[in-house]
Amino acid sequence: MRHRKYPFIAGFLVVPLTLYVVFVLYPYTRAFYISMTAWRGFDVAPKWIGFKNYERLWSNDDRFWQAVQHHGILLVTLPVITIVIALFFAFLLSVGGKSKSGDMAGVWGSKFYRVVFFLPQVLAVPIIAVLFQTVYRPNESGLINGVLMKLGFDPVFFMIKPHLALPSIIAVLVWVSVGFYVVLFTAGMGSIPQELYEAAELDGAGKFRLFFGVTLPLLRDTLQVAWVYLGIAAFDAFAIVNVLALSEGGPNGTTTVMAVEIFRAYGKNNFGYASALGVALFFMSITFAALTLRVTRREAIEY
Amino acid sequence: MPDLSYPLSRRALLARAAAAGLLVGPGAGILAACGKDDDPKPGASGSTPAAGSSSAAGSSSAAGSSSAAVSSSAATEAPAGGAGDNPFDVKEDAALDLVIFAGGYTDKYAKEVHEPLYKAKFAKAEIKHQATEEISTVVQPRFAAGDPPDFVNNSGAKSMDFGALVADNQLEDLTALWDAPSVDDPAKKVRDTVVPGTIDVGSFNGKPYVLYYVSTVFGLWYSGKLFKDNSWTPPTDWDSFIKVLDEMKAKKIIPYAYAGANAPYYQWNVILTHAAKIGGGDVLKNIDNLEDGAWTNDAVKQAATLWAEVGAKYMDKSHEGLKHTDVQLQQNQYKVGFYPSGDWLENEQKKDTPEGFEYQMIPVPAAAGGKMGAAGVRATAGEGYVVPAKAKNKAGGLEYMRQMLSKAGGEGFAKLIGSPTVVVGASDAVEFPPGVKSSQAALKAAGADVVNIFFDGWYKDLDTEARTATNDLMFGRIKADEFCSRIQKKADELKKDDAVVKFKR
Repeated sequence: MRHRKYPFIAGFLVVPLTLYVVFVLYPYTRAFYISMTAWRGFDVAPKWIGFKNYERLWSNDDRFWQAVQHHGILLVTLPVITIVIALFFAFLLSVGGKSKSGDMAGVWGSKFYRVVFFLPQVLAVPIIAVLFQTVYRPNESGLINGVLMKLGFDPVFFMIKPHLALPSIIAVLVWVSVGFYVVLFTAGMGSIPQELYEAAELDGAGKFRLFFGVTLPLLRDTLQVAWVYLGIAAFDAFAIVNVLALSEGGPNGTTTVMAVEIFRAYGKNNFGYASALGVALFFMSITFAALTLRVTRREAIEY
Repeated sequence: MPDLSYPLSRRALLARAAAAGLLVGPGAGILAACGKDDDPKPGASGSTPAAGSSSAAGSSSAAGSSSAAVSSSAATEAPAGGAGDNPFDVKEDAALDLVIFAGGYTDKYAKEVHEPLYKAKFAKAEIKHQATEEISTVVQPRFAAGDPPDFVNNSGAKSMDFGALVADNQLEDLTALWDAPSVDDPAKKVRDTVVPGTIDVGSFNGKPYVLYYVSTVFGLWYSGKLFKDNSWTPPTDWDSFIKVLDEMKAKKIIPYAYAGANAPYYQWNVILTHAAKIGGGDVLKNIDNLEDGAWTNDAVKQAATLWAEVGAKYMDKSHEGLKHTDVQLQQNQYKVGFYPSGDWLENEQKKDTPEGFEYQMIPVPAAAGGKMGAAGVRATAGEGYVVPAKAKNKAGGLEYMRQMLSKAGGEGFAKLIGSPTVVVGASDAVEFPPGVKSSQAALKAAGADVVNIFFDGWYKDLDTEARTATNDLMFGRIKADEFCSRIQKKADELKKDDAVVKFKR
């Protein structure tokens, strides 16, 4: 019967593989091709121009380099801040409370908090951006500035001041992401055997020692996954920036990201250049993912 | 000359169109989800400032009696539509495929005014009317597939780039339209029935490709009621303008405002119009033609200096982060004095304007002694319509335009929307709201001192740079010198860039 196995497997694979080729591989290769052309997206054959789009991008596009720089900043800040906050909350929710008869428990009301933290995750991203337009609004009808001005302070121009705009965007991204990672880490912590905590407690470990000595090392795999996810998220940020930031990644390009630049290039009917930007973004994400997986590879701890 | 052969059968045409519709439908929905609709700019071109100004606000009311009037006039039109009056040889049963931008003007005027006119002439023709707020999302794939509609209202924040369309020969040359006999008087050519300048606005390097339909005047807008209540007189020159600003400030009204978040081009429009008043219309022509030193011209510098002072003294810093809808609403609440805009503003704000507000417009004020009269304005025709070069029923598209440019077409639009069209005399009998009345009066008073600006429609990058620099200037981060040199640098870059198609006027 063994010879029947392969047709059987192939039968299962035909449909998904076809879909994958048509909807993933083909558009990717097509994008590579278009990035080597000048094309305005009409019924006119794209004109082959070789690497000209890439030359321009490399040597003559300030906004591209601004975007790259912002991705660099996002790549460091977004995962670090999100993971630290999420870990802290997850620890409080699962191990932070008093232990009852040896079982570790979260702080009081942890079930409620779990829902609250997850809530941003169920909102569509553009809606969150619109929400934060109101939170950051620079006059008395803004959520933050309304309070500040009532208290007699000057309003803070979150999205207007060039040095405040990107941090404000990052704050939103963190706010959106934390909930998911709280849940992820809570689940990870749930799978850590209670005996380990018990043993550590018997040995006199406090909450800090528990966290750094038991929780963190055993969460290593989960953390790694979180890091890769957040890193990839750091290469996106399109919806938030496009809706929340002033004038397409403004002011003055201080919040722009690659996806916004791609969008702008499409807006100018410059499909070739937009594809070149897309390919650049593709390589940036791939490089990041490969690097992270390589750097963080280590023997898993068995328990 | 348009291509007048129709190798396709009607059935094949419909089948293909339906297939295209199926493809476009779901895609449009998905793309719409990631779109952004906060650029008040309706078109890729600055010369199309009208409609898109707001996606929702607009002429939801109106209609009613006027549409009845239109259909009756359409009926009287019918007999004229005999065999003789068909300059483009439209096949009477050929379907007509229209895509209308449903922005500030909505798509009502097409449905209730222009389509009945066409239908009255070609009763057998099926009109396929599609309305959307996202033109490029719907139409671009059809261009890419070589199956464009017969008529496109290319406008709104997601309009297609006119320069790109022209550069790739996607648009039908409208010379045939302008040279055709007009609907109302066959002895007159269509080109002689429109306001002078209409054809130029839609021309690229001398060839007409776009029909700009709505007459648009730019200036500074204020509430007639606010002025009456405070017995202020509308300023006519720079000194009296500053005086009124001071008085507004004393009353705790923000004297001057524009929306920095998405409409800084409303303000560079003011600065450049002012520069033209100082240095003459050639200042703007040089800017459009990317001449060396056009932006660092002394007139631009002077105007920028004056407006930077207004920015420093009479504006509210928070407006840099607000959208045009927010700022316009503040003006309706009597919190803002002057607001720069075109005359679509009144229609756009219809819903939010309180009783008795009475929109009024003054030309951009300037001191005497410039090369242009104080009454000079920027005026243009806005809201662009095109016939794709590869459309199946090109003749139908051209005929539809000809009907729009008839007296009945122009009058119907003016009545329904409250904005005059480029059709001469078509809005004489129409009673406009106070704001449009005042802007029309200003246009008349300007006489020959009418200027226009094109560069933003031709070079999107230059527009972006001008917007950014305008915010920096008006909110006090740079001085006039840097404002000029910065935009000049971008203009020089574009000039040297072979990849960018150049236009001249």
